[in-house]
Amino acid sequence: MSYVNQSVQKKDAKALVTGQPVYTDDLAPADCLIVKVLRSPHAHAIIEEIKTDIAKKVPGIACILTYEDVPQNRFTMAGQTYPELSPYDRLILDKHLRFVGDAVAIVAGENEKAVDKALKLIKVKYQILESVLDFHKAKDSEILIHPEEDWEAKVPVGADNHRNLCASGVESKGDVEALLKECKYVVEGTYHTKANQQAMMETFRAYTYLDHFGRLNVVASTQVPFHIRRILGRALGIGASKVRVIKPRIGGGFGAKQTSVAEVYPAIVTLKTGKPAKMIYSRYESQICSSPRHEMEVKVRLGADEKGLLRAIDIYTLSNTGAYGEHGPTTVGLSAHKPLGLYRNTQAYRFTYDVVYTNHMSAGAYRGYGATQGIFAVESAIDELAEKIGMDPVAFRALNVSREGDAFVGYDGSPVVTSCTLDECIAKAKEMIDWDKKYPCYETEDGKIRGVGAALAMQGSSIAGVDVGGATIKMGEDASYTLSLGATDMGTGCDTILAQMAADILETRLENIVVFGVDTDISPYDSGSYASATTYVTGMAVADACRELRQKIKELGAQILDVPVQETEFDGQKVYTLDGEREISAEEIAVKGTCGNNQSLHVTVNRSSEISPPPFMAGMAEVEIDRETGSIEVVDYVAVVDCGTPVNPNLARVQTEGGLAQGIGMALYEDIQYNEKGQMRNNSFMQYKIPCRQDVKKIRVEFAPSYEKSHPFGAKSIGEIVINTPCPAIANAVYNAVGLRIKEMPVTPEKIAMGLLEKKI
Amino acid sequence: MEIKFKLNGKEIKAEAEADTILLDLLREKGCYSVKRGCETANCGLCTVLMNKKSVLSCSILAVQADGQEIVTLEGMQKEAEEFGDFLANEGAEQCGFCNPGFIMNVFAMLEEIEEPTEEEILEYLAGNLCRCSGFVGQTRSILKFLEYKKGGKKEV
Repeated sequence: MSYVNQSVQKKDAKALVTGQPVYTDDLAPADCLIVKVLRSPHAHAIIEEIKTDIAKKVPGIACILTYEDVPQNRFTMAGQTYPELSPYDRLILDKHLRFVGDAVAIVAGENEKAVDKALKLIKVKYQILESVLDFHKAKDSEILIHPEEDWEAKVPVGADNHRNLCASGVESKGDVEALLKECKYVVEGTYHTKANQQAMMETFRAYTYLDHFGRLNVVASTQVPFHIRRILGRALGIGASKVRVIKPRIGGGFGAKQTSVAEVYPAIVTLKTGKPAKMIYSRYESQICSSPRHEMEVKVRLGADEKGLLRAIDIYTLSNTGAYGEHGPTTVGLSAHKPLGLYRNTQAYRFTYDVVYTNHMSAGAYRGYGATQGIFAVESAIDELAEKIGMDPVAFRALNVSREGDAFVGYDGSPVVTSCTLDECIAKAKEMIDWDKKYPCYETEDGKIRGVGAALAMQGSSIAGVDVGGATIKMGEDASYTLSLGATDMGTGCDTILAQMAADILETRLENIVVFGVDTDISPYDSGSYASATTYVTGMAVADACRELRQKIKELGAQILDVPVQETEFDGQKVYTLDGEREISAEEIAVKGTCGNNQSLHVTVNRSSEISPPPFMAGMAEVEIDRETGSIEVVDYVAVVDCGTPVNPNLARVQTEGGLAQGIGMALYEDIQYNEKGQMRNNSFMQYKIPCRQDVKKIRVEFAPSYEKSHPFGAKSIGEIVINTPCPAIANAVYNAVGLRIKEMPVTPEKIAMGLLEKKI
Repeated sequence: MEIKFKLNGKEIKAEAEADTILLDLLREKGCYSVKRGCETANCGLCTVLMNKKSVLSCSILAVQADGQEIVTLEGMQKEAEEFGDFLANEGAEQCGFCNPGFIMNVFAMLEEIEEPTEEEILEYLAGNLCRCSGFVGQTRSILKFLEYKKGGKKEV
C-alpha cells in the first residue's frame, strides 16, 4: 500500500466542487459589523485634523476609529518568524500617511450602506507632503518616508530610516572585479521587473469575535495563522495569548496572505465594541493597498572564460519595498542567492543590494519571492553571454549548471547540491519543444515569426534553520487517525499530500486519516505555508510523528499481549509477535487507549531543517510575433521539473501549470503602474489583466524526479519555483525571434513594435 | 420592493432594494456558492443561470430576477458532483473559490453546445478566471467529462 507518488483526489475536493460554504465570508455570523477603512487620497501626507462627529451620527454606525483611538505599538504586518527581519514601521492607524490607499480611519456599522455613508462624512484636513515615487531617487532623499523616532529594525539588515533604507548590504566571494577583467567574454545589463498582484480569487478577509473567555477569535483567510496571532497580540497590545486564529478554506494566497493585510481592522473593532466584525477587501482594495511583488531593478555582470565556463557574477539589486518594509529585507536576498545557485563554475561573485522606501503601497511576499526577479535578470544575461561566446544558450547552460554533489556557490540554503536532475530537465525540455529544429526562430505561413527561448530556475525548500513544521497525529478509539496541522492548505492540497505521507507510514488507508487545520489553540505550531516549506519541513514533522505513534501503538500492543516490545511488530492492522504466535488488532489497541490506559496514542512533533534543498527546473517558451503590430502570443510552454518525489503528481502538475500561467501573466501583461500623483492606474481586473484561458492554450509539464535523501519520501518543494522561468524564457524567445532584447517586464506588443521600429532606424 | 422568483426550483419571495444586486441577494438567501471576485464583471465567480442562460449575478439587479428562474450550484449538486469528480481527478479544483461560477458556466455551455471543441470551450469560458490552475487542467477535465458523457450515451 502506498499513497505517496499517487495522484489521489484532494480531501476537500467534494466540498469545493459542490460550492459548500467553507470560506471565511461564508462562515461569518450574519449580524457581524461591517468594517471598512477610509483610504488616503494622497501619496504622502500628514493628517492635520480629522472630524468624525457627523459620520458617527449615521444610524447603524457602531464605531469610527482614528489614529487617536488605537494603540501606538509599531509593528510589521509581515508573517515571519520572530524576530522578524522586516522593520517595525507600522501603526494600526498613523497620522503620517505614506501611499494612496493608506489607512486613515476605520468605520464599523451594522450594514454596508451606513458604513459607506459614514466614510463620506468623515472630514479630513491633510497637509500634503512631497512624495518619492521613483525608487531610483529614494535612497538618501531629503523626503523621508519614515522619520519617526520609534521606527525599529529588530535585526541588523543594513536598514536606516533616515536614508529611506529598509535594508542594504553586500556579500561576496573572491575578487569579482579582477576576475571580470580576466574573463574573455563579459556582458552587462540592467533588468527591471515591476510590482505584480497575486490576484488570488478570494480577496483579503477576516472576521473576529470575542469568545466566552473574552479572547479575541480571528477567522482569517491567511497562510500564517501563528504569525497573525503574534502580530495582532503586539499591534493591539493584548499579547498573543489573548488571540486565537482559525483558518478555514482559503481561496488562494500565492504569498499575499503571508502578510496580515486585513486582520487588524476587524480585530480592533471587536475589541472596542465587543461585537463580531468582518472586513472583506474589495478587489479595488486588493489592488491598491495590499502586498504585491517587490519591483526590482537588477544589474548583472557576467564573465566567462575562453572555454565557455561561467566564472564571475556581479549582481546589484535595487528593490522597492514601498511605504512599509514587509518582506523587504528578505525578498532581496533571493534575487541573487537563487540564480547564483544554478551555476557551478563561478569562481567569484558579488551581490550588493539596497531596499528602499517609496510612496507606493507596501510590497510583500509573492510566489518566487525575489528569485523571480533575479532569475529574469540573470537568465536574460546568460543568453546574452552565450551569444557573445557564440554558443547555443541551452548548451551554455548545460555546460555550467549545478550538479548533484557540487558545492553550491552563492546559495545560502545548503552547502552542497544534495539532489539535482537539472541536466535531465534541460535535455527533456529541449526535446519536448524541439529546440534543435526551432532555435532560434522560423517563419509561419502567414508571415509571423516564431522563436524559442529557455530559462532555468531554482528555489528552496523552507528557510534553512528557521522554518518550523508541526504535526500532531493521534489514534482514535476506532483506530482511525487525526492529523492536526499548523500548515495552511490554501488550495494547493497540503492537507492531502501530508495525509498521503501519514497513511504510508501508518500503513493505513488515506480515508482512515482525518486532517484538521488550522486553529492556533489546537494545531501544533507551524511557521506557516510559505517559503516552499510545507511538503519539505511539515512533511518531515508528519513522518516523524507517525513513526513515533507507530512505536506507541506497538508498545501498548506489546503491553496488552504481555510480551517485550522488541519482540513485536505493527503492520498497520495489528501488533503481532515476531514468532507469529500472538496478535492484537489495531482496533483493540485503540479501544484500550481509551480505558484504563496510561499510554497516550498521541504524538506532536516539530521539525526544522538545517538545509534547504532546492527544486530545479527548465522552462522553454515558443512565442509567435507579428512584426507589423508587435502582437505576441505564447504558443507553447514546456517545463520539466525536479521537485524530488512528486508526492501527488497531479497536484504537482497543477502547481506547475498554475505557476507558469501566473508567470506568463507577469511576462506579458501584469504591471502595476502609478500616475504622477502616486495613484495606482490598474486598480481593477479591467485595467490589471491576468491571463484567461485563451492566453495559456498550451502548457506541457513533465517531471524529472531526483531523490532528496533528507526528506522521508525524497520530496522537495514545488510551489514557488514554477513562476520563475516565464519572464526570462519569453524575453529570450522574443530576442531569438526578432533580435529585440526586452529588459523591462512585461513584454508588451507596444514594446516590441516600438523596439522593432527603433532598430530599423 | 418585494420580488418573486424561482430559486433552485422553489418559488421564493424576497425584499430587494432598487440597487441590490442579484449576487448579494443570493448570498443572503443562503446560496453561498455564489462568490464575488471583483467589482468590474471580469472574474466570472458569481456566474449563475437565469432562465438556463449563464449571467453574472454581479451585473444583474435583484429586481431583474422578478418572475425569472434562477439556478445556483446549490440547485445542481448532483451534476456538480458528477462533473466535479473529473475536475478533482486533475487536481484542477485547487482553492475552489472559482469553481462554482466556472462549473455553472460549464453547464450553460453544455446546454448550448452539445459537443464543444477545445477552441469553443476556451472561448465560452474565457470570462471565468482562475488563478491557481493555469486553466489547462480545467480543460482536460472538461474534455474527459465530454468523453465520458459520450460513452455514457452509447451505453444507454
